[in-house]
Amino acid sequence: MGQQSSRWGNLPDVQIPLVDYLVLGDEPHLQANECANCGARFFGRRNACAHCGHREFNPVRVSDTGTLRTFSIVYRAAPTIPTPYVSAIVVTDDGTSVRSNLINIEPDPSKISLGMKVKLDTYVVGTDDDGQEAVAFGYAPV
Amino acid sequence: MAQDVWVLGTHMTAFGRYPDQDAVDLATNAALGALDDGGVAISDMDILACGTLFQANAGMGQQVQKQIGQTGIPVYNVSNACATGATALRTVIMAIRAGEADLGLAIGVEQMGKMGLLAGGARKEKNVYEPSGRYGAVMPIDGILGTDTMPGVFAQAGMEYANDNDGVGFEQFAKVAQKNHAHSTLNPLAQYQKEFSLEEIMGSPMQSYPNTLLMCCPTGDGAAACVLVGEERFATLSREQQSRAVKISASVLTTDPYVESGAMQPDVNTLTRNAAQAAYEQSGVAPGDLSLVELHDCFATAELIHYDNLGLCEPGGAGDFIDRGAPWRDGETPVNVSGGLISKGHPIGATGVANVYEVATHLRGEAGDRQIEGANVGLAHVIGLGSSCGVHILEKSGIS
Repeated sequence: MGQQSSRWGNLPDVQIPLVDYLVLGDEPHLQANECANCGARFFGRRNACAHCGHREFNPVRVSDTGTLRTFSIVYRAAPTIPTPYVSAIVVTDDGTSVRSNLINIEPDPSKISLGMKVKLDTYVVGTDDDGQEAVAFGYAPV
Repeated sequence: MAQDVWVLGTHMTAFGRYPDQDAVDLATNAALGALDDGGVAISDMDILACGTLFQANAGMGQQVQKQIGQTGIPVYNVSNACATGATALRTVIMAIRAGEADLGLAIGVEQMGKMGLLAGGARKEKNVYEPSGRYGAVMPIDGILGTDTMPGVFAQAGMEYANDNDGVGFEQFAKVAQKNHAHSTLNPLAQYQKEFSLEEIMGSPMQSYPNTLLMCCPTGDGAAACVLVGEERFATLSREQQSRAVKISASVLTTDPYVESGAMQPDVNTLTRNAAQAAYEQSGVAPGDLSLVELHDCFATAELIHYDNLGLCEPGGAGDFIDRGAPWRDGETPVNVSGGLISKGHPIGATGVANVYEVATHLRGEAGDRQIEGANVGLAHVIGLGSSCGVHILEKSGIS
């Protein structure tokens, strides 16, 4: 097992984020690439801005809290994926759309209301053969 | 001003399952049917465009030529998600408008069999997690960070509309499927021709809330084709050919412009609104003029939001539109009288041509039991995620 690089210090490499825009550490949060010209935000590697074509981006921390914009309760998925799960689009308090699951909530339409307040949380989603844990994020009711 | 383009001949195979035929057979049957219907031969064609999604690298257009005539004309094999068929059609329309062709053949075909759920990848447990791809993901994210599945993505599009507008919920979405299943009983070309009660639809197995099984289109096989002609050649055709021809008053293809949430949840609205607006402007037709509409009801949630996107209802009024029965075949604006994708079927590459076949058949007064009486103008709409939207407006010939 290797040593974790600079991102969160010289710790044993025991946890890895599911995606690189999830920043782990004491305060797990999402990090977007924000267009230096128009302010449009994107997750993941970008070549240029889909809104204005500008080529420079700045990393920004995305707000941990937001509201539920839309959801679906997914019962049918590929065989290895546990169902049902609640797929959601959350709009954070700073206006960034995020796709994730709702967590810590019953998959029941009567328990889920559009516009409800939610907050980012993380959990271990799997462990590899080296004992390294993958950490995912989801949004839980506030 | 580029010349007008007309549908001279059109044909579709019944949609369903064809274990004993391949996609070349299906495409060939549609192509020969369209040529015969238009009273022309493959030797008259100046261009051929062939759309298929799952066999996009098969040279399908050339394979069809091997069956119906290798005349050496240019072939364009196109693939554009669920807008594949509309893109094939539009490729021929553009060639005619550009003056490079007088007559052309557009084919859409797909053989899917029982493919089941589209998109949404199986999760393979990796032995050692290593970030890969544009998001540095250590495993497929479907089912962890939301859904990639089509029933789920379109469910979210519908629920977003429900978030923004009153009077829209599970029951309104289910009513869409009730209508389309009922309509399909009059269409012998539909994959399923069975009526269901609202209770049966709402009680069928949930796929992605609020879309139950009976609110989702099936996978299947089928093909459709159109022979298109420019107005100069049209003027030389027989009176019978001219009277059965259908004028293409608008042909539009759009992609999804940037919206803030678009990278997270595909925006199926803006590009449809843009395409509809451009098509209404090109044709001078208003939504209230439409005798019938075939729109892209891949899921019941999708049809409902397109009532609004295509301007068929008041802004925000799609729930009331279905509640008052407006899109039923005897309502204000009949929508998907073919049974729609939900019941007629959705062999992906064929769909964008089959919709035009359906509208053209009504405008000719040849739709049999499902004929919308007095139909003189209709609209065909498809959308493919990624995204692309095709809208065609067709008008009755007016020559008798």
